[in-house]
Amino acid sequence: MRPAGKGAHESLYFTYPAFTAPDRAHVLAHEGCRVAIVGAGPVGMFAALTLARFGIASVLFDNKDTFNDGSRAICVQRSSFQALERAGAVQPFIEKAYGWTMGRTFYRGEQILEFEMPHSDSEKYLPMYNIQQQFIEQYLWDAVAASPLIEARWCSEVTGIEDTESGVRLSVQDSNGRYQCAAEWVLAADGARSAIRSMRGLRLKGDNFPGRYVIADVQMDHTYPTIRRALFDSKSNPDKTILIHRQPDKIWRIDYQMPDGQSEEEAISEDNIRDNVGRILRDIDYQGAWELEWWSIYSANTLALDDYRDGRVLFIGDSAHIVPIFGVRGLNNGLGDAENAGWKLARVLKGLSDERLMDSYSPERRGATLDVFENATKSARFMTPPTKGWTVMRDAALSLALDHEWAGAFANPRQMEPFTYTDGGAVLSHMETAGSVKPGAVLPNERLSEDSYLSDLLGNGFTLLVLEVIDPAGLDDLKASLLGLDPELECITSGQIRARFGAAGLSRLHERLGTQPGATLLIRPDGYLAGAWPTCVADVIVAQVTVAFGRKETH
Amino acid sequence: MALNFADLEIVYEELARTLDRLSPSEREVFLCKLSLLMARDLGDLSRVQAMIQTAQNHLEKV
Ligand SMILES: Cc1cc2nc3c(=O)[nH]c(=O)nc-3n(C[C@H](O)[C@H](O)[C@H](O)COP(=O)(O)OP(=O)(O)OC[C@H]3O[C@@H](n4cnc5c(N)ncnc54)[C@H](O)[C@@H]3O)c2cc1C
Repeated sequence: MRPAGKGAHESLYFTYPAFTAPDRAHVLAHEGCRVAIVGAGPVGMFAALTLARFGIASVLFDNKDTFNDGSRAICVQRSSFQALERAGAVQPFIEKAYGWTMGRTFYRGEQILEFEMPHSDSEKYLPMYNIQQQFIEQYLWDAVAASPLIEARWCSEVTGIEDTESGVRLSVQDSNGRYQCAAEWVLAADGARSAIRSMRGLRLKGDNFPGRYVIADVQMDHTYPTIRRALFDSKSNPDKTILIHRQPDKIWRIDYQMPDGQSEEEAISEDNIRDNVGRILRDIDYQGAWELEWWSIYSANTLALDDYRDGRVLFIGDSAHIVPIFGVRGLNNGLGDAENAGWKLARVLKGLSDERLMDSYSPERRGATLDVFENATKSARFMTPPTKGWTVMRDAALSLALDHEWAGAFANPRQMEPFTYTDGGAVLSHMETAGSVKPGAVLPNERLSEDSYLSDLLGNGFTLLVLEVIDPAGLDDLKASLLGLDPELECITSGQIRARFGAAGLSRLHERLGTQPGATLLIRPDGYLAGAWPTCVADVIVAQVTVAFGRKETH
Repeated sequence: MALNFADLEIVYEELARTLDRLSPSEREVFLCKLSLLMARDLGDLSRVQAMIQTAQNHLEKV
């Protein structure tokens, strides 16, 4: 919502584009596509970019004529930056976003906790960045519009979906009329109220938490570093919680739990928003002028589909799961879904993998969601305790934290590391591992020189990292066999690393990965470790990789 | 030795769930019984007395 007198998309700092429906003759002439993506929110656009990264064309449908309204999801985590980089879209994000590592928690006006998120100079990116969702969508859109492989159709609502022999047929309604479009696969990125989900007769399952939050963006000249602030039982919102985040363009997110005695309708009236925000700003000692930009209301839910795949339809992003915002995973996990579904689907469509590779999509990404639920549930119970028992314990911990530093740890928001995959078959987990990193985990990064990181060496497809070549002829055979499984395979040897970064660079890498000379690692296109072998035994590696990612022999 | 944070968190959660199972009048008695059990196990009167003081801090609503 926006202040009275403002248009629906009239922002203080952002110009929303106005899209129109595609040409009627064009949509009637092009009846089919390989992949149809329903929803051009951040997740749908990122899925299209990921498919394009592997040379797969897609058609992107969205029923709106512009981007989503408001700043919405503002925290983008390190692994998402890494994913944006792989899709060639990270640069504008680096230039615009505010990176941060620190949070401060206050109880009754006194600071009880200052936390640092895990970070070291091995990392290329900071643990978290703040940037408004409009900018996220704008930058993704700029990349989408520049890609010859992506066709976006705005003002185009998908109203029907049916299975066909070779895939799926969508019914589409745009401002010029109705038409149908066939696709081999559909990525349903149509958000929390997914129409595709209901058309397929599927339902999200899980819990709703009590407690409503108002999110309000204001523009002001407030000088406070990019540090997440959480305020419990403050003067301006007694017994309740407030979160404050800095965003680009002098925008501040004031996120507050609805005060007692206000109905939802009252809470979102402009007068009450101004009252509540004004009180909070005085509470944090801001005396200057401020302008109200946008506001909204939400509650915390942990809801997910039982299976993120339904035949040739894959659910990605909010259509598959809704998570409480305290873990800042809604958008971040959606981007993870998009990349996971994208590289796998590209392999299947190119005939490099059997369709069964898609079976690993739901276990991996649903596993990531359930992991978020577990942590976000703890955070939600602390931010908005659901019952008397949780309220008493929360208040006891906060009260103790005023005198005892250890008790402040209960207020840590637990923004966690990416989930480690085990199920699904796209990780070679049934093997002795070659280092401290487990297959299924994100490959840790390491700084190899002033401005080079391990992640910069990885290829677009799979990467084979051979940390000491014992048998050069064997390595050539291995490379040749693996190139059959992935023509884009990149092979990096310890010799190359030593030549570019010296013996010191190589030993730093061994230390970071916990590997011994001789170890061979296979890294997936999404930066996860697929497998790790203590020595480079070509036939073993090829056999295992073929089972996980290849095609069954056709006799 | 002090309990580590992970264990402390288990205690936090068990207490929250237990409080939710009890009626308001049972809660006080339960918490006092628990305090006595813990005090006995701690085996140090002056520390228990210091904790009784600390736990009273910041109870008043501001
Ligand atoms: C008001 C609000 C505030 C939020 N605040 C936060 C926050 O503070 N922090 C946080 O982490 N997350 C927040 N979120 C959640 C975050 O915005 C989502 O997690 C994120 O946008 C998910 O991206 P998505 O691409 O999966 O879905 P969406 O961004 O919802 O995109 C779905 C797209 O599909 C389109 N669509 C729907 N149906 C059809 C159809 N039948 N045909 C064609 N197109 C269709 C929609 O128009 C939309 O563009 C908020 C969400 C809302 C609504």
